[in-house]
Amino acid sequence: MLWDALTLQLGYNATLVAIGASLLGVSAGVTGTFLFLRKRALVSDAISHATLPGVCLAFMVMVLLGGDGRNLLALLAGSALSAWVGLLCLNWLTRHTRLAEDAAIGAVLSVFFGFGIVLLTIIQTMGMGRQAGLEGFLLGSTAGMLWADAVIIALGGAATLALVMLIRRPMTIVAFDPDYAAAQGMAVHRIDLAMMGLVMAVTVVGLKIVGLILIVAMLIIPPVTARFWSERAEHVVLLSGLAGGMSGYVGAALSAMAPNLPTGPIIVLLAFGLFLLSILFAPVRGVLAALLRHFRFQRRVHIRQGLLAMAQGQKIYEPLTRRLLQRAGLIRADGVATEAGKARAAKALRDEKRWEIVRADQAHEAVAALYNGLRDIETVLTPDQIAEIDRRIGAPKEVPA
Amino acid sequence: MSGAEFVPLSLTPMLIGTFAAIACALPGNFLVLRKQALIGDAISHVVLPGIVVAFLLTGTISTWPMMLGAAGAAILAVVMIEAVRRLGQIEAGAAMGVVFTTMFAGGVLLLEQTDTSTVHLDVEHALYGNLESLIWLDASGWASLLDPVALAGLPPELPRIAVTLIAVCLFIWVLWRPLKISTFDEGFARTMGIRTGALSLALVITAAVAAVAAFDAVGSIIVIAMFICPPAAARMMTNRLEVQIGWSVLFATLSAILGYVLAGYGPLWLGAADAVSAAGMIATVSGVTLAVCAVLGPCRHRVGAQTSA
Repeated sequence: MLWDALTLQLGYNATLVAIGASLLGVSAGVTGTFLFLRKRALVSDAISHATLPGVCLAFMVMVLLGGDGRNLLALLAGSALSAWVGLLCLNWLTRHTRLAEDAAIGAVLSVFFGFGIVLLTIIQTMGMGRQAGLEGFLLGSTAGMLWADAVIIALGGAATLALVMLIRRPMTIVAFDPDYAAAQGMAVHRIDLAMMGLVMAVTVVGLKIVGLILIVAMLIIPPVTARFWSERAEHVVLLSGLAGGMSGYVGAALSAMAPNLPTGPIIVLLAFGLFLLSILFAPVRGVLAALLRHFRFQRRVHIRQGLLAMAQGQKIYEPLTRRLLQRAGLIRADGVATEAGKARAAKALRDEKRWEIVRADQAHEAVAALYNGLRDIETVLTPDQIAEIDRRIGAPKEVPA
Repeated sequence: MSGAEFVPLSLTPMLIGTFAAIACALPGNFLVLRKQALIGDAISHVVLPGIVVAFLLTGTISTWPMMLGAAGAAILAVVMIEAVRRLGQIEAGAAMGVVFTTMFAGGVLLLEQTDTSTVHLDVEHALYGNLESLIWLDASGWASLLDPVALAGLPPELPRIAVTLIAVCLFIWVLWRPLKISTFDEGFARTMGIRTGALSLALVITAAVAAVAAFDAVGSIIVIAMFICPPAAARMMTNRLEVQIGWSVLFATLSAILGYVLAGYGPLWLGAADAVSAAGMIATVSGVTLAVCAVLGPCRHRVGAQTSA
């Protein structure tokens, strides 16, 4: 069953939805990355909520003109228009009043959404129950997706993707360093608006599949996921597109397997699953990697302190230090240093003395700044320099047993 | 309009709307100043999974389990946002976006998976509430306000939101000084021995409680709008926190009453037959208030952007 779903053998509608969802996932992931890098991820929340009044208005206009009000293209055009108005309001509020961006986002999203709900109730009273299609825009509805709808979504997604690829350079520069971009003569404000415009396009395209509330997740979660795996913007963009596309495809396939599995939420939960894997297991930024790093560091500190204590003939009481030293073969079970332990301890003490001289010497200022109690002196000084320092310390003395 | 019509049909929804609006606007003042305005947005989204889980556990639509579920979800969301932010070193906004959308998706999925055909529990209801249905059928006129028999028939949402409002007022009144200091200068507050972390969490929990109680009566749109719009509009009117809170309460009340009236009677005046969504209209009115203040408010500019008193 799962295999059938993943290989698109569950019928015409399921295939359409799966293709549409994966295209949407890719373009949302790619576009969302720039938004995330610009630290404005939640602007997408405002944009998506601001589409509702436009959808309703477009529907009302179509009904008033005698149509049945279900033309997807017209509905999407309406939603794009009101999202654009919302975006301009948001920009105006942050640029010309004292409101911070988060307050402006919240104001725009709640007011536009509230107004949309008012329009929705007006449509309900216009009668004939035809608004059923509109409520689908809240959470997405893929059940009745037509070939024409799929084509619109596919074309919209592809066009957005192409535009993103065209202006990815300026968007990356603005995301990382707006001041530098301005100094280069770029119109930062306009590039920002273009970025938001692309986000809006993705939102509008995604309305049909995942709905206006969950499209936010598709714009935010894949970029955050991808960020764990790379420090390079291009790679993050690619990985984010991949994560979005994969969750879109698999999510749509899964939701086709059984009734009561709405597409939008499944896609979002899959994307979150990828996020969870990444935050836990990503190589450098992941939680597991951070824990391992922490333990490795702790081990080095304990061994170093243990060696210094041994060199000065002090007894070691700290259980973790004893365990680590014993495992490294530096002390015996009764706490007495082994031959290797004695040698290492003497070396540690000598290194400490060398560092002391280096740090007292103005000539070694740059090197001294690297001292952190753990760094091996061989990694920062040449053998000649170390030999010079050793001449000042004098010959090695015997380590007390 | 006669009392015989107004009291049973409009008085209680209006009062509930107003109380809910004020209960949200009060903590909203601090959230807006602390640049945490969107925590209200996040909370109102995660309320849905909370009530769905509560329904699954208890099998009934009773108030207390639902409120507890919603509050639990709100606190879980706050903890998760903080965890994602710290563990993943992710910017707060994105962390919030990851958590609340996922929890909302989970709520929708659970809702679709369970058989809720016998009870009134759906996403639309969660989004825009049913303020209009909170009528007081036992009332017959203004005299019913003194009639204990009729008072017993008040919709239970009214005392609940009133108690919440009092609790929110108490919280702000008791912790006024530390709240004010830590909002404007967190570092100074810490040197004075104020535990800013705990205070910040307490503020968010208060906001969550207000959101859950208001959500129960009026749906999540009003909650988000009232957390942000009245305080934001009030921010344009003054530079003093005390005055700002006064303005925000005024704006919240105005939005609630005007919104309800416009939704209930506006379409009738225009010749239409049916009322429109009161929750949506209240949010719209609050948006209009904010727009007016943003264009005309005496303190609308950033300090430094323009020399003003």
